[in-house]
Amino acid sequence: MDEKKNVVQEVMDGLTNWARVNSPWVLHFNSGSCNGCDIEILATLTPRYDLERLGVRLEASPRHADVLLCTGAVTRQARERLIRIYEQMHEPKFVVAIGSCALSGGVFRGCYNVMNGIEEVIPVDAYIPGCPPRPEAIIDGVVKLLNSLSPANHQITVADRNDKPSTEKAVEE
Amino acid sequence: MPDTAASKRFTVPIGPQHPALKEPGHFEFTVDGEIVTNAYVRLGYAHRGIEKAAESRNWVQNLYLLERVCGICSHIHGFAYSLAVERLANIEAPPRAQAIRVIVAELERIHSHLLWMGVSAHEAGFDTLFMYSWRDRETIMDVLEGLTGNRVNYSANVLGGVKFDVTPTQADIIRKGLTFLEERTKHYLDVIMHDTMFLQRTRGIGVMTRSQAEVMGALGPTARASNVQRDLRVEAPYAAYKDFPVQMVLDTRGDLEARFEVRINELFESYRLINQILDNLPEGELNVRVPRRIPAGEMIVRLEAPRGEVFYFIKSNGTDKLERLKVRTPTICNMTSVVRLSVGHQLADVPMILAGIDPCFSCNDRTVQIRQADGGAQPNGLSSLMSWEELRQYAIRKYEAR
Ligand code: SF4
Repeated sequence: MDEKKNVVQEVMDGLTNWARVNSPWVLHFNSGSCNGCDIEILATLTPRYDLERLGVRLEASPRHADVLLCTGAVTRQARERLIRIYEQMHEPKFVVAIGSCALSGGVFRGCYNVMNGIEEVIPVDAYIPGCPPRPEAIIDGVVKLLNSLSPANHQITVADRNDKPSTEKAVEE
Repeated sequence: MPDTAASKRFTVPIGPQHPALKEPGHFEFTVDGEIVTNAYVRLGYAHRGIEKAAESRNWVQNLYLLERVCGICSHIHGFAYSLAVERLANIEAPPRAQAIRVIVAELERIHSHLLWMGVSAHEAGFDTLFMYSWRDRETIMDVLEGLTGNRVNYSANVLGGVKFDVTPTQADIIRKGLTFLEERTKHYLDVIMHDTMFLQRTRGIGVMTRSQAEVMGALGPTARASNVQRDLRVEAPYAAYKDFPVQMVLDTRGDLEARFEVRINELFESYRLINQILDNLPEGELNVRVPRRIPAGEMIVRLEAPRGEVFYFIKSNGTDKLERLKVRTPTICNMTSVVRLSVGHQLADVPMILAGIDPCFSCNDRTVQIRQADGGAQPNGLSSLMSWEELRQYAIRKYEAR
């Protein structure tokens, strides 16, 4: 009985993973960037670069999204929101930090109102450097993330994700 | 549900993360049925503390920091800052550098207006126009990249001039790009003026009369669409605008359609201006040396960004760092009009009204603390903060005492 259930579970996991890799829905959040990265993200979705051909779709609600594309050095006001959005997303979820200031604070590092990067607030899966990164770089980053998820490499299940650092620590402090 | 007034009145919160805006801003609209009865905006999510950070960096480093005040109109910030520093140091960039600065500023205006046209068409649900205008915008991005080496944040300025030259080959590439865009823009103007569906979303929506625009302090194309003659390139020409005058584009209707038409007609003006400058590019040096320490003094510079007037105040104390920097960008001035104009419109029109001013949150989010002149009456040694009402009374007293 148990075995049967496991097989069903496995098939289902495989299916969802297949769907996720082939059509990830992304959510975009600007945590206090200069806009440069945001317009480049938008540019990747428009005809010249067309991220949609990889099945990527820009989604409006955190509850429907698989991947969070996040820009900006995280200002103190945006921090709470970023955590809230991250927590509203369903497991498994992935975060892509886009732009130098999302990685480390960039030019804004050390400003009194910034947290010096997304990593300081929520766990990040992929980093795309550049100020701003070119659309090709953003596509490359997303493709690399997708490749790392594809069943050929390994399957990401909820259990795998559990050993990621949770946001709770960040919230508590 | 009981049919009371309270059950019909409802507050719709929007943001700071929401699909229509790419930037964080929070809005609350009180609606009665479909009609907005009250609007409230909370800004500040993108406040990073750039003005303070600028005080701890040297003159050259600040150039690159200030370009990142806003990624869409990054050149104008570098332009304003270098102009201010040059005026403080009492030097002038060579004419060729001034002309190249203006070329980049106009290219930036083109990219910004095309970007805006796409985004606001998207707000109207007209995604075809969004995709087309962004496709064509890539032409300008290519030109900017070829010229400066970067698509966004191009850092064309150095203190005392510009970083690169415009060679005849590059001039030809720019001309070719502009010819293509001019054709496309004619088509867009036609679409915006004649597409019945689109006109239903723009004609007579968000009307701002001239006196309203003046009272609310609207700037840039938003004001010009209400027939307010306010364009620093014409009123107080700077750099190469002195030698290459521009024509102010005005409209009397003040609705969204007028704002679309003003911006698109400005595109034609920019194409013409760039071509004119390219044909008459002054010869000479690209930059002059600027001392490492800038003489003490204060300087104000106002430039016309794609969205309106950018204001820079710089105070130097004679060292290699500045003492105080103040930046004011046009969106904060135009934001009042969004709050006022939304009232009485349908909720569905609000994104369009907001997009109509071409908002840019990353550059308008800054804090101001005004302290009493009581010289450290508080235990922490700081003067006490002034409340809004105190500030108002103070201003009235000061004004009357003049
Ligand atoms: S990385 Fe650069 S372009 Fe991107 S948001 Fe930060 S400052 Fe702007």
